Amino acid sequence: MPLQLRGFRHPLNGSTLEPGQTQLRVENIHLAFGGVGALAGVSLEVRQSEILAIIGPNGAGKTSLLNSISGLYHPQKGRIVFYNHGREYELTRMKPHQIAAAGVARSFQNIELFRHMTVLDNLMSGAHVHMRAGLFSSLFYWGPAQREQIAFRDFIEDIIDLLEIPAIRYKKVGALAYGLQKRVELGRALAMRPALLLLDEPMAGMNTEEKEDMARFILDVNEEHGVTIVLIEHDMGVVMDISDRVVVLNFGRKIAEGTPEEVSKNPAVIEAYLGH
Amino acid sequence: MISGTFHTSYRSDMALRRTWLERLRLGLFIAFVLAFPFLVGKKPYPIFLMNQIGIATIGAIGLNILVGYTGQISLGQGAFMAVGAYTAGILTARFGVPWWLTIPIAALVTAAIGAVFGIPSLRLKGLYLAIATLAAQEIIIWVVTHWEAVTGGVDALVVPPPMLGSLRMNTDFRFYWIIWALAGVTALLTANLFRTRYGRAFIAIRDQDIAAEVMGVNVFAYKLLAFAVSSFFVGVTGALIAHYRGIVTWERFTIDVSVLYLAMIIIGGLGSISGSLFGAAFMTLLPALLTNLGRSLRGVFPAMDEFIPYLQQASFGLVIILFLILEPEGLKKIWDDIKNYFALWPFSY
Ligand SMILES: Nc1ncnc2c1ncn2[C@@H]1O[C@H](COP(=O)(O)OP(=O)(O)OP(=O)(O)O)[C@@H](O)[C@H]1O
Ligand SMILES: [Mg+2]
Repeated sequence: MPLQLRGFRHPLNGSTLEPGQTQLRVENIHLAFGGVGALAGVSLEVRQSEILAIIGPNGAGKTSLLNSISGLYHPQKGRIVFYNHGREYELTRMKPHQIAAAGVARSFQNIELFRHMTVLDNLMSGAHVHMRAGLFSSLFYWGPAQREQIAFRDFIEDIIDLLEIPAIRYKKVGALAYGLQKRVELGRALAMRPALLLLDEPMAGMNTEEKEDMARFILDVNEEHGVTIVLIEHDMGVVMDISDRVVVLNFGRKIAEGTPEEVSKNPAVIEAYLGH
Repeated sequence: MISGTFHTSYRSDMALRRTWLERLRLGLFIAFVLAFPFLVGKKPYPIFLMNQIGIATIGAIGLNILVGYTGQISLGQGAFMAVGAYTAGILTARFGVPWWLTIPIAALVTAAIGAVFGIPSLRLKGLYLAIATLAAQEIIIWVVTHWEAVTGGVDALVVPPPMLGSLRMNTDFRFYWIIWALAGVTALLTANLFRTRYGRAFIAIRDQDIAAEVMGVNVFAYKLLAFAVSSFFVGVTGALIAHYRGIVTWERFTIDVSVLYLAMIIIGGLGSISGSLFGAAFMTLLPALLTNLGRSLRGVFPAMDEFIPYLQQASFGLVIILFLILEPEGLKKIWDDIKNYFALWPFSY
């Protein structure tokens, strides 16, 4: 039953938690590459259905934090715990593909799409973890395999509508404009029906209009579908507009946390930004 | 791009052939394959060439699954074909297993061995993986030539002719139907695979393996699966060679064969089923053409006769190089250009 509503209220949301419950806990993680420290004891909590922005100067460790959550980097100390399906997943002990199956999806700072696939196939590949048909029924494309593909196609079309990209369905992703690629990457992550969505600079390099569109999509996904979002963003205007809470990193440490207003008045934050 | 076709259901939109033009082309091709032996008046030589193309197509599709679609370079093609050929040959010659049953068995055995030799792909990429599969090639051929009790060592293994009732099946005309039926099945299964999560995972690994892993693809498991599925079809090719030729020798499965098949899929088109067919046809017909040319030139300049074989090899290489320079994306690309031209006809510009 691929399209049965799992968890919290909406088909795009793969979480089983109630809004406000703790969904992710990062506990005192340390990460270094050789001698270079990227994260030096970062702790934070993410709650179900919030939008948490992570900001900080270049090299502060923002991407390293997301990479640790999605299992690409392995912190030397500390743990990351994720709650879903009535279970406690210790992400720091899991492989990236297991973390995806647990309900964490993400986009990348430098777009990492499957360049030679169409938009449609990129999105369909996002639903990989939910597909069940076996190798043999797939080879013969009979019964379950065919039904599953058609059912997911239906689901993917909803995402295509949500992101307003029906016109480019059959286009090869590599040939699309940068702003559209970013949108497709968001779509591919949504196709995972995530409980937690990590977005690494989803609006970087976009013009104002594209940024507004992207902000609207992110808000739709969060408000209408209740998906928790952690996003890294440099544009303070965007951060102020869309995030519920903000965490500020500098030199691998958390230097502030709070509502956008609180954080923007914090002297340590102002110092970190002016210091650079 | 075909205009004027609108799909009213996802089912028809997701069909393998989405437009009437595509279905027509496929129908014409199938009709050609069915009619070919009669068109040439059942003459053995043209049918023999078509059989070579059919056998090579299956192997090329197999290799393309691994190299073209999944992005894992392999120089082990020849050895994997040997596994299929020896498995089928030994089962029939020594254990009396019916020839038709040895084909799926050989395919499964080759799939298993292919998966084992795919393990280095966990750590190795690109040229390093190529070297690891080269080792697989050499190890397998070494085993084949030294495990005399089973394979017969360097001596040829003679395979009894495949019989259907009292019919001897390995004449060019009769085996034609077996080969092309299996080539059709191979193409169909492969096309299906790439409509589902398996095929998409393979392509995802090729295009962006880290993103694939983060999207939930168990990259290592899927790489091994790609080796297994690829080798399955390569095993079919090996088994067909064993039963068609009636003789299995290790010399037919050396590194040269691995390179030949790589050339086939590069010239035909990486990551394409029709490209595999084009490459197989090209690499079968070009040497045949050169041989015939050489034969007809014999005696024209008697002093040149002894150079003819070298000229043949040189022109074979030259054509391939020219090809790669002029159309690096392969025959498939040329075919696509032709199709697109006619799809918009008469409004093509
Ligand atoms: N794979 C890696 N190998 C070595 N050093 C790394 C690696 N990834 C990150 N670093 C280092 O860790 C530090 C934090 O990098 P990170 O990419 O997390 O910063 P960031 O906050 O995302 O910066 P930006 O805003 O520029 O994207 C930097 O000093 C960086 O050089
Ligand atoms: Mg970054």
